[in-house]
Amino acid sequence: MEHLELFLKSIFIDNMVFATFLGMCSYLAVSKKVSTAVGLGAAVIFVLAITVPLNWLLDQYLLQPGALKWLGAEYADYDLSFLSFIMFIATIATMVQLVEIVVEKFSPSLYNSLGIFLPLIAVNCAILGGSLFMQSREIPSIGLAATYGVGSGIGWFLAILAIAAIREKIRYSNVPPALRGLGITFIITGLMAIGFMSFGGMLTGGDDEGAKEEKTAQVKSVEDEKDAELANNIKVNE
Amino acid sequence: MGLKKKLHILKRKYRGSKMAPAFNALHTFLFLPDETTHGGTHIKAADDLKRTMNTVIMAMIPCLIFGMFNAGYQHNLAIGEIQAVTSGFFSSEFWTLNNFFIGFWKILPLVIVSYGVGLGIEFLFAIIKKHEVEEGYLVTGMLVPLIVPVDIPLWMLAVAVAFGVVIGKEVFGGTGMNILNPALTIRAFLFFAYPTWMSGDKVWVEGAVARDNAIAAGQNLDAISGETILGSLAQGKEFAYSTADMFLGFIPGSVGETSTLLILLGGLFLIFSKIGSWRIMLSSVVGALVMGLIFNQVVDAGVITESSKFYGLMSTPFWHHLLIGGFAFGTVFMATDPVTASQTNKGKWVYGFLVGFISILIRVFNPAYPEGVMLAILLMNVFAPTIDHYVVQGNVKKRMKRLKAKVA
Repeated sequence: MEHLELFLKSIFIDNMVFATFLGMCSYLAVSKKVSTAVGLGAAVIFVLAITVPLNWLLDQYLLQPGALKWLGAEYADYDLSFLSFIMFIATIATMVQLVEIVVEKFSPSLYNSLGIFLPLIAVNCAILGGSLFMQSREIPSIGLAATYGVGSGIGWFLAILAIAAIREKIRYSNVPPALRGLGITFIITGLMAIGFMSFGGMLTGGDDEGAKEEKTAQVKSVEDEKDAELANNIKVNE
Repeated sequence: MGLKKKLHILKRKYRGSKMAPAFNALHTFLFLPDETTHGGTHIKAADDLKRTMNTVIMAMIPCLIFGMFNAGYQHNLAIGEIQAVTSGFFSSEFWTLNNFFIGFWKILPLVIVSYGVGLGIEFLFAIIKKHEVEEGYLVTGMLVPLIVPVDIPLWMLAVAVAFGVVIGKEVFGGTGMNILNPALTIRAFLFFAYPTWMSGDKVWVEGAVARDNAIAAGQNLDAISGETILGSLAQGKEFAYSTADMFLGFIPGSVGETSTLLILLGGLFLIFSKIGSWRIMLSSVVGALVMGLIFNQVVDAGVITESSKFYGLMSTPFWHHLLIGGFAFGTVFMATDPVTASQTNKGKWVYGFLVGFISILIRVFNPAYPEGVMLAILLMNVFAPTIDHYVVQGNVKKRMKRLKAKVA
């Protein structure tokens, strides 16, 4: 159940493209044809599905504060999280290289049509974003991390698939010259995000907002106390 | 000299000039064009874009008139002037001139603003881009007043219409090129930009907001309110409407969406005039029923108890979902939009089914948006080209196989 919830949530509610607008560069550049878009989308799913759990292991046993406990008690208070970016990117780059070799071997036509964008997955923000979200949301187990990776990948895949089909459909539309190409694609992305807003706040059902309000209320009361203290101090000083 | 002659003269005078599309459009809209075509082969067909659009508008007129009566009825009911209807569809409490004129003076401005702003922008674009004015806005302009709450401020409507027509349609090259239904784009814009005016218990009854303001200003009055059934259900409250009320439409809601009976008639009219796609309507109803049934089963199995916040909407009998909210209206008039729906017959089944399925899903699981139909249709508009792509690819593959078998 937990897995299913996270899976659906990462596809629809926290969609990489429409909720966080990550991975836009390849999303905009490789979405002219459905077949290439499918290829790239599949590659992104694959890379995300592998890198997120791998980075979860790294995070758990190397990077988090106290992660080095397994080396011995004297390492317990080491905090290597400042290395997260570079470690995550290293994992991602390795994995992308692997994918590239595999794709070149088994599907040269896809390799050619993806061109420079395949190696560029390494710097695709959706991929690094997946790992960083995994870290900041403190996903508790490696299984869930894998689910999260696959889910986010499928969300990105759906997005690029839909926009590629739309761009094929509007190929012969009389778009104003100034908007042709990227301009209209940005507008379409915005409109698509409206469609995806239907899932915003689903499952939690607005509980988040309630919690937030409580928090601000607490902060406010703390501030009030501080104000009162300040006022007292001023009075004393006078 | 009649208007027709004057327009003839104006047209001739401005022929080839910048303003020509505006006069041509007025002329063709009001009268039959007097030109004949020269040379070439022609197909003679009775239905053009204008006739198609007019048929859809005709199907919506009953909803509009009912909406006017209903606006007045809800207002009078809320302030306690009249009693609730007792004797079915032709109740004398409902069909009074008083009700009609309250609604008429409230809804006519909505229609005028919608058409004025929308057509104004269309004319402007036609003149700038030097093409003829297209009829595409005729239906959108009629849909818009039918899918907004009665009490929506006119300037908000104008802003939303401008957004919907420019960003939703004109940037794609005008009628027939848009990817999202323009009327729904307009409603979604209102919904996300001015949420307080699109939901809650005040906007659905004419005068409720004004009454609130008067009370706030210190006048001694009773507050009036009326909530849509979906709104009540999402908050787990009871509502006092019978199934017959829901079907006939004596309930608060957006102007045109309340009377399932009249929408059904309009839908049949569209199907028999072959304008609306029966595949989409049918499959969407099936999708909604399936989802509703699943939720009912979940409740029966005891997975969801009464303490859950989803209980109210999940335990609603599955066929009630067709009667409440905008489901019927959206399915009949907006999911079937030939531009933004799937174009292939197989695709239409998938598209319609998912529209129904997702709209009930959003209704139940997303208490923030009690009306799921709008967003479900928009979402499926996004995916319609993808569905079409795969249907076409499937056909190509099948034919390739057949060809290979023939050659071999």
